[in-house]
Amino acid sequence: MIHVENLTKYYSDLCAVDCIDFDIHKGEVMGLLGPNGAGKTTVLRMLTGFLRPTSGSIHVKDLTIEEDSLKIKKLLGYLPEEAPLYHDMLVYDYLDYVADIRELRGSKKLSRIRHLADICGLHEVMHKPVGELSKGFKQRVGLAHAMMNDPEILILDEPTSGLDPNQIVEIRGIIKQIGKEKTVILSTHILNEAEATCDRVLIINRGKIVADGTTETLRQACSGDYIINISIENATLQSVEKELISIDGVIETTHVDNDEDVLNFKLTCRSSRDLRGEIYRKIKGTDWTLLELHQETQSLENIFRELTTEN
Amino acid sequence: MRQVVHILKKEFNGYFISPIAYIVISIFLLITGWFFFTAFFIYNQADLRNFFVLLPIIFSFVAPAVTMRLFSEELNTGSYEILLTMPVTFRDVVLGKFLAAVAFIVAMLVPTFAYPITTSLLGQLDWGPVIGGYVGAVLLGASFVSVGLLASSLTRNQIISFIIGMAICFSLTLIDKMLFFLPQSWLGFFEYLGADFHFQNISKGIIDSRDLIYFLSVTFVGLYCTHMVMEGRN
Repeated sequence: MIHVENLTKYYSDLCAVDCIDFDIHKGEVMGLLGPNGAGKTTVLRMLTGFLRPTSGSIHVKDLTIEEDSLKIKKLLGYLPEEAPLYHDMLVYDYLDYVADIRELRGSKKLSRIRHLADICGLHEVMHKPVGELSKGFKQRVGLAHAMMNDPEILILDEPTSGLDPNQIVEIRGIIKQIGKEKTVILSTHILNEAEATCDRVLIINRGKIVADGTTETLRQACSGDYIINISIENATLQSVEKELISIDGVIETTHVDNDEDVLNFKLTCRSSRDLRGEIYRKIKGTDWTLLELHQETQSLENIFRELTTEN
Repeated sequence: MRQVVHILKKEFNGYFISPIAYIVISIFLLITGWFFFTAFFIYNQADLRNFFVLLPIIFSFVAPAVTMRLFSEELNTGSYEILLTMPVTFRDVVLGKFLAAVAFIVAMLVPTFAYPITTSLLGQLDWGPVIGGYVGAVLLGASFVSVGLLASSLTRNQIISFIIGMAICFSLTLIDKMLFFLPQSWLGFFEYLGADFHFQNISKGIIDSRDLIYFLSVTFVGLYCTHMVMEGRN
């Protein structure tokens, strides 16, 4: 659907995006992650044709952004960061104007606006000036704007920023719903949002892609060390430490705190194998009581931190 | 072309949503009405010369006031991004905004029809110069609006855009009057650059191709430069 090659953008001397390549397939929900100033917005702006790349190419279907920018714009729906809208206009007038530009006419236009007002929950603010709306409502108007032409590709720059938790759940629901048939690209720095909504995640840092894959594959790729928590009763500190460290693959045991007779440990393990069985067998051979044993899944947060702070 | 009409409609309505339209129109009518009618009975002549003589000066600050928000506001709030990511070309945007501002200038001139009408009731009014004057006023308005639009596209600050626009429009109006110390042979050249010179020709009722070409070329240059500024921005 979208093919990006060697995309580079310089703001005078500052390199915002440095030679990145990626493909996005039809029906994919792709999350663009990265710390502030990583170049997320710049990438999205180049995809929409708002910024011209310094070098490199962007193909959407069989169109290129330099030559068929207008055709590409017709396929896209875009919600910029902070949803900058015309503050003097009424919500209805604004959507009407967008529908006009998107070449919707007559009854089709009206039913589309009504449908979007349903999806985005805009009925109650339809006749208020955009400038008087709360941030959440502005964001929803922006979303309605982006979806006006029922776009094949929806590009959302931090779609849930400024929304309350209920609205966030709603908007994520909408994005998931759209993502079933349409291609969605969204940028965010909220990691569980990416986890909750995206099929695929692209992490960029300082203008370069540092990771690309599903959240699952990212987790596997980065799980060098992982952590197992265990709680044991009826044992002494020294003996537990001694026994556990002897297991091949356990690098470190940390005693967390004493919960009366219960000993809690964090085991840092480096292994491609699952060590849980081995630990269990070890404990089974003693007269300790095992209360809890569970492996922490490597969270996206750890991966993110690992990938974006190493330099 | 459809997109031009949609943008034109939106921008034109935009003037009347905010108080800007009403303020600019009232000030315009107040100033022209005052200067026209205070001298009208002293001259004791049934013509509109006094109205048209002042128009270039008045337009020099009214036109930039009309255009100052067209780009600056969008650049400032960021809605420029929304505008340009919709399926419109730079040309659509520039033309739409330009025509909206020209339509506003026309809307502003409509109430002044009261002057020729009342004048014709009082005496024998020669309609030729009046029609010429209004044609000239629209042409003059269009060229000043295109200059104002260029000023607006240069900055995200509306006040700066107003001042830049006003400075250029005033220079165009007064250029031939400021250079009286220059040799006679040069004066013709600078006179040709002056908007006032061409406007006074038209408002005498003579529609000369040189004056038309002058206004059309100022308009074109203004719009073309605006287009270039937009292209350069991304």
